Amino acid sequence: MSDARQRMVARAARAIEPGMLVNLGIGLPTRVVNYLSSDMEVGLHTENGLVGVGPTQDYDHADRDLIDAGGAYISALPGGAFIDSAVSFAIVRSGRLDLTMLGAFEVAQNGDLANWKIPGKFSPGVGGGIELAQKAAHVMVLTTHTDRKGNPKLLERCSLPLTAKGSVERIFTDMAVVDVTPEGFALKELAEGVSLDDVIAATGAPLIIPEGDIPTF
Amino acid sequence: MRLPQKERSIEDAVAQISDGASIMVGGFGVPGTPFNLIAELVRQGQKDLTLVKNDANEAGMGIDHLLANGQVRKLIVTHLGLNGHAIEMMNSGALEVEFCAQGILAERIRAGGAGLAGFISDIGIGTELAEGKQIVSVDGKDFVLETALRTDVALVHAEQCDAYGNLCFAKTARNFNPLMAMAADCVIAESQNCLPIGDLDPDAIHTPGPFVDHVVALKDLHKEYAIVRR
Repeated sequence: MSDARQRMVARAARAIEPGMLVNLGIGLPTRVVNYLSSDMEVGLHTENGLVGVGPTQDYDHADRDLIDAGGAYISALPGGAFIDSAVSFAIVRSGRLDLTMLGAFEVAQNGDLANWKIPGKFSPGVGGGIELAQKAAHVMVLTTHTDRKGNPKLLERCSLPLTAKGSVERIFTDMAVVDVTPEGFALKELAEGVSLDDVIAATGAPLIIPEGDIPTF
Repeated sequence: MRLPQKERSIEDAVAQISDGASIMVGGFGVPGTPFNLIAELVRQGQKDLTLVKNDANEAGMGIDHLLANGQVRKLIVTHLGLNGHAIEMMNSGALEVEFCAQGILAERIRAGGAGLAGFISDIGIGTELAEGKQIVSVDGKDFVLETALRTDVALVHAEQCDAYGNLCFAKTARNFNPLMAMAADCVIAESQNCLPIGDLDPDAIHTPGPFVDHVVALKDLHKEYAIVRR
């Protein structure tokens, strides 16, 4: 992982508060687990069937029956519980999940999220993302600020099919931390070495800029 | 009195499956996938199958062998992301794929196994994922009607079982297995640890025997049930 991505993941990890039950989505968000301190009191849920996810395991220590939803070998914390897929999503849909962190193709300034389908190009299925995005108490996105071609992912309106409407509250990128507010995107923090002009140029919607010094991460 | 024995050879158990059958297959990734039963189904060659599974395993593993062998007409899944071969078949029109949100698939199967016709949920309301589904209004709020799923056959993998068909699953290999084991007319369970009736702790059983029709005791686990070094 590049330094910028590592900083983004480390910054996102700081949004997890003690006592929370959290689901980390497939891709970059699952990396967040490695930035949580070993003495932190937090429950991680993986939708394939475990509450109490512990650190990832290398192949030599892997258990063939113990993976996360992305297929990575993981450990279970003492006190963790294995659950079937119906119970797993009962936890999600009934509102027991305090926070989910998900990847994104596009996020709109009203909090709409598109992360499951690019018509004609990429449609491997929605998995559990729709229920996580619609039902977790707080939804945060971890994504690069722009796609591989440099196009902004933070937009006035999503052009791709939606995963959930109006659900995203906060976005962590390799360039900035941006909140979704009733007035639109609000810049909160800048990544080290990134200028305000860089972020404005890489964002496809108006940005509300805070007065005074902008914190860095 | 004593409880009935349901142990069969893998050949006899899988021979219960006909051409054109609909089949639920347990597992989420490798854990809980009944690789031995799948391999026997590939060997016997039943055709025109409809499969219901969380995912399509990976290229060259599990149900991908059934896809490659031309035995599958339709696949109902939540996600194909780890199987590029299945995605190619879908994109070329060689395979019909129906996607379902993961927890909704689980709940549709649970409803089927519980003798219900369906349930209502607000998942996907306002997105294309709810398009084409019947809307039901309750107390002024809109929900989509999700229909129950049942199939002719379910293939499940258990960590431990007994000859009556009581099943225990291991860790994240539980996933869809106990749900699917309730939702098919003919349920076939494989396990490497098939114990005499009475040797499982009755309080530790995840799937009770009445749901299971055939028990296959495995001598060896299929080689695909191993650590995947990507």
